[in-house]
Amino acid sequence: MDVKKTIIEKIWEQHIVRSHTGEPDLLYIDLHLVHEVTSPQAFEALRLTDRPVRRPDLTLATVDHNVPTQGRDLPNPDPLSTKQIETMQKNAAEFGIPLWDIFDTRQGVVHIIAPEHGLTQPGMTIVCGDSHTSTHGAFGSLAFGIGTSEVEHVLATQTLPQVPPETMSVEVTGSLSPGVTSKDVILAIIRRMGVDGGVGRVIEYRGELIESLSMEARMTVCNMTIEAGARAGLIAPDEVTFEYLKGRSMAPQGEAWDAAVKDWSSLKTDNGAEFDHSIVLNGSEIEPHVTWGTTPAQSVPISGRVPGPEDFTTAAGKETAERALTYMDLESGQRIEDINIDRVFIGSCTNGRIEDLREAASVLKGKRISETVKAMVVPGSGPVKIQAEAEGLDSIFKNAGFEWRDPGCSMCLGMNPDILLPGERSASTSNRNFEGRQGAGGRTHLVSPTMAAAAAVAGHFVDIREI
Amino acid sequence: MKTIESIQGKTIPLNRADVDTDQIMPKQFLKRIERSGYGPFAFYEWRKEESFVLNDSNYTGAPIMLAQQNFGCGSSREHAVWGLEDIGVQAILAPSFADIFRNNCSKVGLLTIVLDQSDIDYLMSRAEELPDSQVRIDLSSQTVKLEGSDWQRSFEIDPFVKHRLLNGLDDIGITMQYEDEISNYESSRSSKKPDTSSAFEDTMKVG
Repeated sequence: MDVKKTIIEKIWEQHIVRSHTGEPDLLYIDLHLVHEVTSPQAFEALRLTDRPVRRPDLTLATVDHNVPTQGRDLPNPDPLSTKQIETMQKNAAEFGIPLWDIFDTRQGVVHIIAPEHGLTQPGMTIVCGDSHTSTHGAFGSLAFGIGTSEVEHVLATQTLPQVPPETMSVEVTGSLSPGVTSKDVILAIIRRMGVDGGVGRVIEYRGELIESLSMEARMTVCNMTIEAGARAGLIAPDEVTFEYLKGRSMAPQGEAWDAAVKDWSSLKTDNGAEFDHSIVLNGSEIEPHVTWGTTPAQSVPISGRVPGPEDFTTAAGKETAERALTYMDLESGQRIEDINIDRVFIGSCTNGRIEDLREAASVLKGKRISETVKAMVVPGSGPVKIQAEAEGLDSIFKNAGFEWRDPGCSMCLGMNPDILLPGERSASTSNRNFEGRQGAGGRTHLVSPTMAAAAAVAGHFVDIREI
Repeated sequence: MKTIESIQGKTIPLNRADVDTDQIMPKQFLKRIERSGYGPFAFYEWRKEESFVLNDSNYTGAPIMLAQQNFGCGSSREHAVWGLEDIGVQAILAPSFADIFRNNCSKVGLLTIVLDQSDIDYLMSRAEELPDSQVRIDLSSQTVKLEGSDWQRSFEIDPFVKHRLLNGLDDIGITMQYEDEISNYESSRSSKKPDTSSAFEDTMKVG
């Protein structure tokens, strides 16, 4: 009888260039996404060693991390940012790599642009010098973040030495309750696993609830895999995947499409294949989540209260909670709904796609945000922005008092001028609530787009299910 | 990459769990396109706290950092490793590390060693009480030793990483020896896989 395999093992085996006992496997990389922040030193090293880029035709670059989201037609006031963007332009030109540059309508957050053109496809290996590369796993590809030395390695050889991961099944049963989104599902998963529960592992998300999600919602789940410490997270391709890809400009067309679907359909985990680890969550019980601390695992349902050191058993747990409460300026036992916010950010590779903007806009239609709140929407890409404007979403946001910006990573990591001021508190649809993540001294609460929109209106967190 | 055989010196007790790379190297310093000079920016915000361990002159120049679980989680930014390298850290001992960070360290030549929580806690308290305590790490025998005592532990390391670090080998140079295997793989690789050639044209269709 054939050996039963998981989708993770199947993709891995299909990409082994060389395998030798006592050494990592050498894996072939199907797609290398490049951006301005983690690549300059890699290109410089290629120059110093006189090495070309082996496969510019399997490489795509954009600028997203530090680009301004307004006033792009004006000179960029930040000379370092300007230099980094110009360096990306120069490197792309010199090494023959396509670049979706700042004035290209296709420019956007690197993990949004590849899927929306159909470039991210099932069964591929995809890397990028960015930890949220796991987003692409939503299509049933093995996609993971790498550092700059590895960026250089892939540019030079189109391969990466990698130690095989442990496999993990994260099954979510049931269905989404009203008001609950895939962002709440992944926050619940991370809360359950802890920020290091996935170290050394690749996750396959499975189960009824996962299968019921749209492609964009699946991307939100896979996107935050790294926040549970896992190397990658993926979802087996199915009809939802194929329907999303069909007709996109870089997806296979005609006969090639039929052949591709046949190949992709064979990727799913064999019945009876064993995972090294597995957990099951009852998805029907998941409520809208809000993070209260300084790691993405520190979240509670909106109906809950801020926990305190007394809720943790270990000395380290108590200390971590105490430090997080101090940084976040919260009291143990405080109701989540009583937390007032100053800023709202809707966007990022986690929640900057068209469905996210539609959901947020549906909450904001005909409403005004609180006078104490400053809010912004940063579409994830040029096409997302154009689509949203065609649907009139921009007017809904602007009429509600939101700023409508140009695409980029923006306040998710605050490399451009979009930052929190010290002490400011945000409701953010992004992926990290680390100390200072959105600006030194800023306090971040991670939520779904609808929860962020509702908080913008109320000036504090509210239960979206009661609106 | 320089070779590593042994590392000996004082240890810096960074006694916090889940230290993320945003803390090690805040975002504003990632705009630099240089590969060196990140030391002054390492733990930039935490260094503003007077009591932060890196502000304690007792630990100045220590080549070994003691850390807690899940060290280096979050962003893939290798700038975090470059910052640690630039302040003279040559090895980090912790109960666990985040994967990407650990990978980045191995590429740069910074040794990461996993020890049991109880061992880390012991070394941490020693370093806090007796900052001059000397720890010696020997890579070939895979041991960590507290000098002047009989405390010694062995550690696991990926044999390939060990080989590279001991010999200071360039990872890319090693892979390039397998040019034939890479070319063979490419010639048998499915032609149905996408490429980015069309990205040079403006293919965007709106609506």
